[in-house]
Amino acid sequence: MAPSQRSSEAVIALERVTKRFGKFLAVDDVNLSIRQGEFFSLLGSSGCGKTTTLRMIAGFESPSEGRVMLEGQDVSNVPAYRRNVNMVFQHYALFPHMNVFDNIAFGLRNKRLPVAQIRERVLGMLDVVHMEGYEKRKPNELSGGQQQRVALARALVNFPSALLLDEPLGALDLKLRRAMQLELKKIQREVGITFIYVTHDQEEALTMSDRIAVMNEGHVEQLASPEEIYDHPSSRFVAEFIGMANLISATVAQTNGTAATLQLPAGGRTLANTDGRTFRSGEDVLLILRPERLNLCTQEPNGNLGCLKASVVDCVFQGSVVRFALRSPAGQDLVVMLPPQQRPAGAEAGSQVWITWEPQYGYLLNNDPSRAQEIAPQP
Amino acid sequence: MNAVALPRAHRANPLQRLWRWSARYAINAYGALALIYLFLPIGVMILFSFNAPRGKFNYVWQGFSLDAWLEPFKIRALSDAMALSLQIAFISTLAATLLGTLIALALVRHRFRGRAATNLLIVLPLTTPEIVLGSSLLTLFLNAGVPLGLPTIVIAHIMFNISYVVVTVKARLSGFDWTLEEAAMDLGANEWRTFWKVTFPLILPGIVAAALLAFALSIDDFIITLFVSGQQVTFPKYVWGAARVSVPPQINVMGTLILVTTVSLIGISSMLGRRRA
Repeated sequence: MAPSQRSSEAVIALERVTKRFGKFLAVDDVNLSIRQGEFFSLLGSSGCGKTTTLRMIAGFESPSEGRVMLEGQDVSNVPAYRRNVNMVFQHYALFPHMNVFDNIAFGLRNKRLPVAQIRERVLGMLDVVHMEGYEKRKPNELSGGQQQRVALARALVNFPSALLLDEPLGALDLKLRRAMQLELKKIQREVGITFIYVTHDQEEALTMSDRIAVMNEGHVEQLASPEEIYDHPSSRFVAEFIGMANLISATVAQTNGTAATLQLPAGGRTLANTDGRTFRSGEDVLLILRPERLNLCTQEPNGNLGCLKASVVDCVFQGSVVRFALRSPAGQDLVVMLPPQQRPAGAEAGSQVWITWEPQYGYLLNNDPSRAQEIAPQP
Repeated sequence: MNAVALPRAHRANPLQRLWRWSARYAINAYGALALIYLFLPIGVMILFSFNAPRGKFNYVWQGFSLDAWLEPFKIRALSDAMALSLQIAFISTLAATLLGTLIALALVRHRFRGRAATNLLIVLPLTTPEIVLGSSLLTLFLNAGVPLGLPTIVIAHIMFNISYVVVTVKARLSGFDWTLEEAAMDLGANEWRTFWKVTFPLILPGIVAAALLAFALSIDDFIITLFVSGQQVTFPKYVWGAARVSVPPQINVMGTLILVTTVSLIGISSMLGRRRA
């Protein structure tokens, strides 16, 4: 199984796909273009439409409007058993009356492949998922993690155009989940098949994905790489959903090409990065500051850093970081995370400090509550 | 060692000890009594198959004999009745299991208009007194001009057996994981293949249990059969009719055989079920 080359043709495309259940709009005008060999995630909380979208790709639902394209063919009304995609289900759905070998061979037998070839492929796939020797076991004799690997093997052995995964790690404990995340990523790279992964765990999506589509209430809020989504969220929803963020309302006082000076509602001014975009003077913006990009000072810093005065409410040692809870003069709660060795002397509960950051880490969004635009797929 | 003052309850006097002992074993005793009450008649039936009756009636113990067991089919009318009962049971079980399973699958899987009504109609024969069922069927057959005999008995048996099969299979289906069917289809199996390779093997124990139940109910059925059988004589009808004339020990032999067969069938099916689990 040689790894495929990553190319820029879409193996799966959703064009203006909408799905209604009665009056309920589950998926709203979604456009996706997923590339060959990509690890693509659909991320969002329960009810945002990500699972319904996945099921439309799998063939268990057909779209109310729009088209689902698989390798250039319109498969919107093609039943699941005729699509060359395979799914790993949330609760594995292993056939309880068959052993591991028969479970994995099921798809191959449906295609009527010769017995010897089936045997070779099944045993080869057992190797890939590190389950050699388990052929004769029944699913109820396996642990959760083992069942999950068999489910993965059962889907992969058919060499589908894309593998669809519906929150497959949800039932595992934390340590096993972390281990499986890395292993899934490794297998995906080895095998070279496109993975489409549905999850509500943003940390998981950030860890594993090449690109993420953040979904909310049936539409895609932002579609970009993990770094892009983390550093440059396109909307308030995305900024709040991914990682922790301090969101501060402000007004633009003046801008030059690279930085803007902001007027904060509680008084005071500060700097932020405009990233080449244009902002007008007087425009309302949202300043997004990630807790781990911030620093604390006991004295007023010099002029080329963004800064904000606040009082320390609490500080908690969390092992690799110290987490500070602060309150701004306007009464807003803010969070700063510092490595223990950077903790400044004198920053204890009740003291007044300056929160500082380099302008490039202060990201601006315009404070418009309406939907964010689609961001075109990155080349 | 200091003397520790024990709480009062631990100091046992004979009366308290007797109370505690009987409380511990009371439920066993009750259980034993209940079992005796249930199985005493069966025990008597089995016992009296080894009786050597002097007269025509097998009601008084005369002496041990294996005669009835060596010639179980001596009485022609009795053997014919048994054969008829078995024939009816096979046919009606087959039809009722097939139809009932399909009905159960439809009721569980799909939402359709008339679903609630169908559910109600299926359960209705289970709650209707058998005399009412029997006499209504008789009225129906007479008015439709259908001659009473084997066909009418089979129709009646299929009718009430469908209800039992549907209820049994539905109960089994309620725990069924339908995503297994989605998984099968995802792996390239169309609806037909999915049913035979995945769904059917998993609901088979429920279907077999329903079939066994239908079989037993059919052999045993008396009241409804009495109304719709016309001249035909099934095993229960023979025993009832013969009770006035003579009760040969062969009846007990047949009864014991039915009991042993049913118990071993249930035993085998539960052993198979446990092995697969």
